[in-house]
Amino acid sequence: MSLFAFLGTLEIGLIYGLVALGVYLTFRILDFPDLTVDGSFPMGGAVAATAIVAGINPWVATILATFSGAFCGLVTAFLAVRCGILHLLASILTMIAAFSVNIRIMGRPNIALLGEPTIFSPFESLGFDPLHVHLGVIFILVVCSSLFVIRLLSSDFGLGLRATGVNSQMVAAQGGNIGLFTYFGLALSNGLVAFSGALFAQSNSFADVTSGVGTIVVGLAAVILGQTLLSGTRIWVAVSAVILGSILYRLSVAFALSSGMFGLQASDLNLITAVLVALALVIPKMKNTVQCKMMSGRLPDSD
Amino acid sequence: MKRINGMSLFCAAVLLCMTAATSLAQSYKVAVSQIVEHPALDATRQGLLDGLKAKGYEEGKNLKFIYQTAQGNPAIAVQIAKQFVGEKPNVLVGIATPTAQALAASTRSIPVIFTAVTDPFGAKLVKNLAHPEGNVTGLSDLSPVVQHVELMQEIVPELRTIGVVFNPGEANAVALVDLLKKTAMSKGIQVVEASALKSADVQGAARIIASKVQVIYAPTDNTVASAIDALVGVANQVKIPVVGGSTSFVKNGAVASLGFDYYQVGVQTAEYVEAVLKGTPVSELPVKFARGSDLFLNQKVAKRLGITFPDAMLKRATNLK
Repeated sequence: MSLFAFLGTLEIGLIYGLVALGVYLTFRILDFPDLTVDGSFPMGGAVAATAIVAGINPWVATILATFSGAFCGLVTAFLAVRCGILHLLASILTMIAAFSVNIRIMGRPNIALLGEPTIFSPFESLGFDPLHVHLGVIFILVVCSSLFVIRLLSSDFGLGLRATGVNSQMVAAQGGNIGLFTYFGLALSNGLVAFSGALFAQSNSFADVTSGVGTIVVGLAAVILGQTLLSGTRIWVAVSAVILGSILYRLSVAFALSSGMFGLQASDLNLITAVLVALALVIPKMKNTVQCKMMSGRLPDSD
Repeated sequence: MKRINGMSLFCAAVLLCMTAATSLAQSYKVAVSQIVEHPALDATRQGLLDGLKAKGYEEGKNLKFIYQTAQGNPAIAVQIAKQFVGEKPNVLVGIATPTAQALAASTRSIPVIFTAVTDPFGAKLVKNLAHPEGNVTGLSDLSPVVQHVELMQEIVPELRTIGVVFNPGEANAVALVDLLKKTAMSKGIQVVEASALKSADVQGAARIIASKVQVIYAPTDNTVASAIDALVGVANQVKIPVVGGSTSFVKNGAVASLGFDYYQVGVQTAEYVEAVLKGTPVSELPVKFARGSDLFLNQKVAKRLGITFPDAMLKRATNLK
């Protein structure tokens, strides 16, 4: 893999790290399987791109995008908490509705940002290499977002949020408002995902309504991959793990893309990616079982 | 004796170096990124490969042809673009809009040739169609929609309603349907739309409009192209003709099609790739609109539907089935 490809992979991995962070908040913390992300990711891109083309400052556009995602999360939470629709279905409803809304927002399925100002352009105009600028800005934004989430989850409010996912009855018994925690958690999660979508659109110069397809799969794979490889109960470990997981997932894709020499064809990409991720999940376990077997094998000797 | 040996050895060495140098200089790398695999886009890629071969660029000999498909996922398209730019090919080729945009956003130095992009201006790939300013130019596959409407009028006299199935999430298709509506409106024809977000939805969408329209128009939409058989199947059930934006649809049972063979689009793309390989600056290559409006007619299906083609039309046809 060339350095350019590696840095590019790192960049996409970091952008999707925000998606992983959002998915971590819903799946792991709130225990709320949320598929809204497939709609809020492209919505972030759609809102940011539409606003930028309309002449709004890219940073303001990015913030608007984040709020649009948070709104998606609120809709899902409303459907689940207020209307009593099953979590999974509530999020699917928001997700499919978001597709139509995204086309409404943009007025068409694809908005190009080539040549438009983005949050990266002030740094690019200073003469830095665009690739380095993108990577640097995104790295800082991802670190800030992670710190925010860690800080939040460590607070008293965050404790309530975490408790809601573990034992909601206990939270209710303690006088906590489960509905409030669900609303907030979903809004934050989808806000992060839309933020990621806004960064993706600006970094790659286009917002496309189809870019949401499979966001949840990538996010979940990143969360599970990261937490398997870097397990720990501390919040900062878990947050770093999911971001790392996202980068590793993208590296698997990049590796799959460069596997042409083994007689594999381009359409095998998804299969190879799946196999690589599965291997990454299984190998650490195999190492453990092998170690256990060796240990148990030695026991009779020591007798 | 010894001296002669030395001389010949030296000569041989020089010759070897020269051949090595020329073979190195003639080795080109062309990287192709395609958004999704379906018959029309695959034909474009094959046409490109064959077109390059006809011009003396043969894969494995003096050409390295790298190909990846994003399997419909724009995030993967971006990753492919980064990977390709890192490999520093001589030319990057983007097949369809999102892949072309991803390539254009990833490099400002390596020439990018797009193909099968309906609206390159709207996709911001070029600022000026006649004089591309950056490193990007290519071929647009904008369908001759006006002629398509005329064709439908020839096939169905007294045409009042046209049905169209398309994916509102696809930039290409939306541009075409807008053009279709504008053209039809000027002729007093009503357009009934049905949207299909996935190829699995095409059949259902076709069912909804089939009984309300006199003819179904199948645009060059990636989703519809993937499920053209389903669309034709529904139309056959209610005995209305399907007119296709791509000639490849006629093979699948569309009654008629006026357009270009995507294979030919690929061959025409090869001309631009060759020009860039020969050192022509991108700014001297204006965006081309794919030529070769072929008329394909399917007489077997027409007979089943009770349609007789006018003689003038049969004469114009470039391909009869």
